[in-house]
Amino acid sequence: MNLAVTLLVAVAIASVIGTCLKQGQPYPNYVIKFGPFWFQVFRDLGLYDVYGSGWFLFIMTFLVASTSVCLFRNTPTMIKEMTRFRDHVTKVSLRALKNHREDALDKAPEEVEAAVTRTLRSHGYALRRKERTDGVVLSAMNGRINRMGYILSHLAIIVICVGGVINGNLPLKYELWTGQKKVATQDLAASQVPEQSRLPVSTSSFRGTVNIPEGSSANVVFLPIRDGYLMQQLPFTIKVNKFSIEHYPSGQPKSFDSKVTLYQPDGKKIEDAVIRVNHPLIYNGYSIFQSSFGDGGSHLVMKAWPLTAGGGKPFAVKGDVFSHLPLNVGGVHRRLELTNFQFFNVRPNNDPNSKHKFRNIGPSFTYKLRKASGEALEYKNYMYPIKMDGHWYYLSGVRSSPAQDFRYLHIPADSKGSPVRFMHFLDAMKNPALVRQAAKLAASESLGVVGIKEAVLTPRVAQTAEEMVGTLLKSGFRGVAQETRARMDDGNIPQDRRPALENFARLVLERTLAELYRHVLSEEGQPVTGSLTSSQQAFFADALTAISALPRYGAPVFLQLTSYKQVQSSGLQISRAPGKYIVYLGFGLLVGGVFLLFYVAHRRIWALVTRRDDGGTGLLLAGVNQRDPLGFSREFSRLAEEIGLRLRMKRSVD
Amino acid sequence: MATTDHELTLAEIDKPNLIFRLSWFDWLWAAAFLAGAAYASVHFSHYMGYYEHIILFGSTFALIGLGWRWKQMRIFSLAVALASLFAVARYPALDAANHDFWLKYFLSSQTAFMWMSALFPAAMILYFVSLFSRSEFPGQVASALTWTAAGAGFTGLLVRWWESYLMGRDIGHIPVSDLYEVFILFCVVTSLLYLYYESRQRVKALGGFVLMIISAAVGFLLWYQFSRHAAGIEPLIPALQSYWMKIHVPANFIGYGAFSMAAMVGVAYLVRVHAGEGSIIAERLPSLEQMDDIMYKAVALGFAFFTLATILGALWAAQAWGGYWSWDPKETWALIVWLNYAAWLHLRFTKGWRGAPMAWWAIGGLFVTSFAFLGVNIFLSGLHSYGHL
Repeated sequence: MNLAVTLLVAVAIASVIGTCLKQGQPYPNYVIKFGPFWFQVFRDLGLYDVYGSGWFLFIMTFLVASTSVCLFRNTPTMIKEMTRFRDHVTKVSLRALKNHREDALDKAPEEVEAAVTRTLRSHGYALRRKERTDGVVLSAMNGRINRMGYILSHLAIIVICVGGVINGNLPLKYELWTGQKKVATQDLAASQVPEQSRLPVSTSSFRGTVNIPEGSSANVVFLPIRDGYLMQQLPFTIKVNKFSIEHYPSGQPKSFDSKVTLYQPDGKKIEDAVIRVNHPLIYNGYSIFQSSFGDGGSHLVMKAWPLTAGGGKPFAVKGDVFSHLPLNVGGVHRRLELTNFQFFNVRPNNDPNSKHKFRNIGPSFTYKLRKASGEALEYKNYMYPIKMDGHWYYLSGVRSSPAQDFRYLHIPADSKGSPVRFMHFLDAMKNPALVRQAAKLAASESLGVVGIKEAVLTPRVAQTAEEMVGTLLKSGFRGVAQETRARMDDGNIPQDRRPALENFARLVLERTLAELYRHVLSEEGQPVTGSLTSSQQAFFADALTAISALPRYGAPVFLQLTSYKQVQSSGLQISRAPGKYIVYLGFGLLVGGVFLLFYVAHRRIWALVTRRDDGGTGLLLAGVNQRDPLGFSREFSRLAEEIGLRLRMKRSVD
Repeated sequence: MATTDHELTLAEIDKPNLIFRLSWFDWLWAAAFLAGAAYASVHFSHYMGYYEHIILFGSTFALIGLGWRWKQMRIFSLAVALASLFAVARYPALDAANHDFWLKYFLSSQTAFMWMSALFPAAMILYFVSLFSRSEFPGQVASALTWTAAGAGFTGLLVRWWESYLMGRDIGHIPVSDLYEVFILFCVVTSLLYLYYESRQRVKALGGFVLMIISAAVGFLLWYQFSRHAAGIEPLIPALQSYWMKIHVPANFIGYGAFSMAAMVGVAYLVRVHAGEGSIIAERLPSLEQMDDIMYKAVALGFAFFTLATILGALWAAQAWGGYWSWDPKETWALIVWLNYAAWLHLRFTKGWRGAPMAWWAIGGLFVTSFAFLGVNIFLSGLHSYGHL
């Protein structure tokens, strides 16, 4: 049926659409991706939830209807084929078949019949004998259960789709369509979810998720629908007593499970259980799966290092994940929103000596710093410094929207593995007195290097150096370069002298910064006379890179995680699918049907035994096999050969 | 049922059933594998759950059934089993691969895979040579190389299974868990499917064509290994720790392998059509009717196993992810592949289509299958992104 092919291809193409576009994302993501116009077009076409959309369901319904019609029309034929032996064949029709043989034999017809019957029966053929005026017709067939294969496999499609529809909860879809139920889009506490977005216990089928922190319990799940959710009430309460996770040495999760207790709505205990991945808990038709895990409100203790001028000394900050805190860093106000804590971070291992592809780099936490205007930047900080290219850095990632990747600030760790030296260096650069002192030294040194002995120039050069340090803090090295160019434009410096002046400016700045750095080192108790060691030199370069990047880092403070108490949350998925046994029945029918259809061939053999005038017997043998014409030729020849062999035997083989 | 050319004897016609036509070697071979399975069942019972025992014995019976009908499989399975056992005996610790001669040059999993990777392209070349040669010899060698390559791949997988346990008791797992391992499986399964049809239909002419897709897979495998360092054994993440993986994945690859074979036979079909009757190619390749028949049989086999594999996947999903169907990209593309071949089969059965259009469709089906197998992992993401690139 061409219709079948068309429908199969139509479902296939429709399904492709749903894989090209990520389904079920929050609507703002789509707006960002496609822009407001196309967002609306795709939304109206139902492309964000293809498989639940009206047109897709329509195609599927059409497929089921078409299959049903097909099944209805063909089943009688199939049954006829299975039960009728088709013994009305004539010599002409048999001769027309591709596989046929005609022989004249000098045996009695009874012997021939016996040989044919014996042969066919021993090969599993069912036989019917019919006496006719022109002779005896033996009609045989084998493998008729093949026809059941057609019936079962097509019935299976209908059964699976019916089961699927039952699980698809059409009444709910109707309620959503008419507005009786409305999808909630805001992050609300369970008690605050409006009535329109709640579903009663009696909902026949659903699949939802709920995150339960250790020690807490829940009696609802959230069904993700389109751009929001509906809250489904459960007839029991689940309490997560403990969530445990085990890791492989490489840091990948090895197993995670939740020890839970189920309670009746009235508080009576039902049972204790452990839910693991691939081992769900089944209770009263509800299946509870361990699907994910996350943070459940870990307690974090941080040290806040001010990055702005006038920020003051570092101070302690305490908070739980999912809570908000006001921060005031030297007059700059931000709201700190702690969003996540992750105990294990597995990253690709760049170490060529290690045979592990991944390694665990320790805990991390993410947070947002929100301005009064509502704008926020998101940060991800790793607790411990990370070794890259032989040096250790504190990584702090920043991004302005979830669609972006984090870009990382690398704060070099000092010889004790802390950010202290960097912060002191930064403080030194923000200290006007220290900068002036360093600039003066740097200016006179630099002038000496280029061979200018006029001491009168020193103050001017020193002042420029101070300004450059300030610009560096405000807008990085790029800003310094721009300022230098602007300064040269103001002074109308000719083009051919610019390179030399730029180099000189760079030299002075570097010397100033080096002076400040030496000051910091000596404050640390490691005064440096002469040149810096290679590790000190490397630190200096890294620190400058980080400082140059600070304007883009966009935060008044660097939060270092100093200690934590982890609270985990277990991600459970709960589903109720009464139709699933119907679907499983359909699966069984489909597999059985398909294998029968392909691997049991329905073959028919006819033998027309006629009495000849010369006393012998005419044998017209013919056969068909719809499925495997080539292979059947061989089988047919073999059967004919065997009949001949039996006939040549002196004694009858019975 | 096996059909052979020799003359029927009285004894045979009295006992047409397969069971009575088996030789002592058939019985000995079957007994050996059953004994092996029983031993494994007892010795490793600590690692095996109820379902693993069912899978072990189920596979053993399936192997015995297959070997009784396809005689070469007995030697092949015996060779692979002996080679693997030998390798395991010489492998008390992972380090042995660097010192022991046999492991280092032949039997450690990586070495075996390298042998496989060398032998498949060599076989392909020889098959093409045999297409134009007057002698039988190149074809016979090509066939032997293909058997050896498949054996090397299979042995490599079994040794890798052992190696994963050497890495750690809780790390060990059947080697069908990531993209690298399943590519090897693909090469092995596709070549064995081809060899089955080669012995059944007595055609070596299609070898070069089928080995083209296998050699392409080998090429990808080598790139993946050397450029992305994908050959290492990684422990199983929780979602994959299930007996379902042992049946869902292999069934899928019988499907993919059969579809790939059908596509390459389709290529051969079109080559013959394009070359025209009377050309050398037309003389050397099997008849159009025969190629069409092989294509159909391959698609049917693939479709049957792919249906089974998709259903097994759905049953697994129901246990792991809370629902038998989530319209996840990988699941959806599996459905798309299924629909594609269902359409192909409908065209053949109900419309009676044969020949070139079906060959083209089979080749197109390969692209759909490749996207479902590989493209989804590369370009799309979802619950099923275990085989990352």
